[in-house]
Amino acid sequence: MKKSLVIFIAVFVGVITFLPFLWMISASVMPSGAANTFPPRIFPNKFDFSHYTTLFTRLNLTKYLLNSMIISFGVTLFSLLLNSMAGYAFAKFRFAKKKGLFKFLLSSLIIPAQVTMLPLFLILKNLGLINTYWAIFIPGMASIFGIFLIRQYAFSIPDSLIEAAKMDGATEMQIYLRVILPLCKPILVTLGLFTFMGTWNDFLWPLIVMTDANMYTMPVALANLMSEHVQDTELMMAGSVITIIPVLVVFLALQKYYIKGIMMGSVKG
Amino acid sequence: MQNKTRFSALLLFLGPSLAVIFVFFFLPVLFAFAMSFTDYDIYSLGNFHYLRFVGLKNYSTLLSDPLFWTALKNTFYFVLVGGPLSVATSLGAAILLNSKFIKYKGIFRLVYFLPVVTTLVAVSIVWRYFYHPRFGLLNYILSLVGIGKIDWLGDPTFSMPAIIMLAVWKNFGYNMIIFIAGLQNIPSELYEAASIEGASAWKQFVHVTIPQLAPTTLFISLITMIGYFQLFAEPYVMTQGGPLNSTLSIVLYMYQEGFRWWNIGYSTAIAFMLFFIIMIGTIVQFKLQKEGDE
Repeated sequence: MKKSLVIFIAVFVGVITFLPFLWMISASVMPSGAANTFPPRIFPNKFDFSHYTTLFTRLNLTKYLLNSMIISFGVTLFSLLLNSMAGYAFAKFRFAKKKGLFKFLLSSLIIPAQVTMLPLFLILKNLGLINTYWAIFIPGMASIFGIFLIRQYAFSIPDSLIEAAKMDGATEMQIYLRVILPLCKPILVTLGLFTFMGTWNDFLWPLIVMTDANMYTMPVALANLMSEHVQDTELMMAGSVITIIPVLVVFLALQKYYIKGIMMGSVKG
Repeated sequence: MQNKTRFSALLLFLGPSLAVIFVFFFLPVLFAFAMSFTDYDIYSLGNFHYLRFVGLKNYSTLLSDPLFWTALKNTFYFVLVGGPLSVATSLGAAILLNSKFIKYKGIFRLVYFLPVVTTLVAVSIVWRYFYHPRFGLLNYILSLVGIGKIDWLGDPTFSMPAIIMLAVWKNFGYNMIIFIAGLQNIPSELYEAASIEGASAWKQFVHVTIPQLAPTTLFISLITMIGYFQLFAEPYVMTQGGPLNSTLSIVLYMYQEGFRWWNIGYSTAIAFMLFFIIMIGTIVQFKLQKEGDE
């Protein structure tokens, strides 16, 4: 009795959670107007993929997909490089005020990013970088959270390994490239995943710095499309599906690294 | 390893990231603070000489600006109702998936978690249609249990609850994962001892689960609160802050003032109010937790 109640609730929550996705996918392949009926249809009575072709031909979606790809991969690469170097340094280097400096960085995590947005916009504007990929690459290159993640992981690397490499005459750079990076692979995947998905899904910052329609990312393009095509339910759903698919694929492939990252982030350092 | 790391190595490894964080994070924070005491607007954007120092004027204007108070009230509504609702849903889902009756836990966890990883703008658009008064799925489902049509996004009474429902759905999976780990860390002897003493399931929940989860709950409440104070994309996509400003949030107001009207000084003052509120909220949460411990 209790068992079936628990299972019933779990399935019920699952159905509710999945319902918006199910409807999104199914409405995206309905003929125009078919999603606006009463009672609403959950499954299409006829398949029509023309909204997808419209998005890619008439509405330039390829360009926005490409922008989102370049931006997300770019930020991910830069942030993996810079954060892994800094995280390793904070874990293993010896220098004065190391603890204090790191604590200061961590405590500044409380400052909401919105505070920086106007000055950052003006700085980038003066550098002529608004409406370029660099407007998103640069502020995303290094993150305090990223440094924190790598540092936590790098602590577990035994000092003896680094010592041994030094005995063999390896430089700091060689140690980083040949010892640290290979050992940090799992955490690099986690951080890369977080960064990629975070950048892909981000809305406010791209909305601010990409004012030229040629530079829109997928979420910005989608929000913009909404204002002109609010009546075209099926078209908007097709656009939503395409926006979500890349992050979903990346997530499904690397789930366990993502879950690990949540756990590491929730352990107070 | 007793000797200090060479300066050149420090410069190479820490230099780039610290430089980026300093120039593109800390410096803008300081600039923003300074700008919030000026009348920086579209005229000074064209010619810097128009810029004037105005002291606390932006902040005093803010306090007598009815729109700011509306944004403040709406944001607090979202944080104080949506926040606890999200945390409670996460805890409920975690307990559900921790139950010994559930098989295929991985699949359930995956489905519950899907909204977290999907793009907020895209799902906000989906939910906008979901809430459609005539053709929306939600009103249809409600009509099956005899509830009449509700204009979710068009009625100021229901617009914020609608945004809260979307936020709970979108976010509960994240904290659920942290709660599941917290639940699994509770020693089973505690439950065994409680059931020997004849404590009911509810008593066990109140006297074992809740206190054992307290540190986890503090952390989750804190990140949820900080995140929820920054509400932006949902109202931007679904309501543009309407109807009758009932979903205008602090960040949406800051965005409109700053990036639509270029009232830069005023907009940075709004951003600093947000920062200030988040700081106070964090301190209050820690205080509450301490009192709970004593």
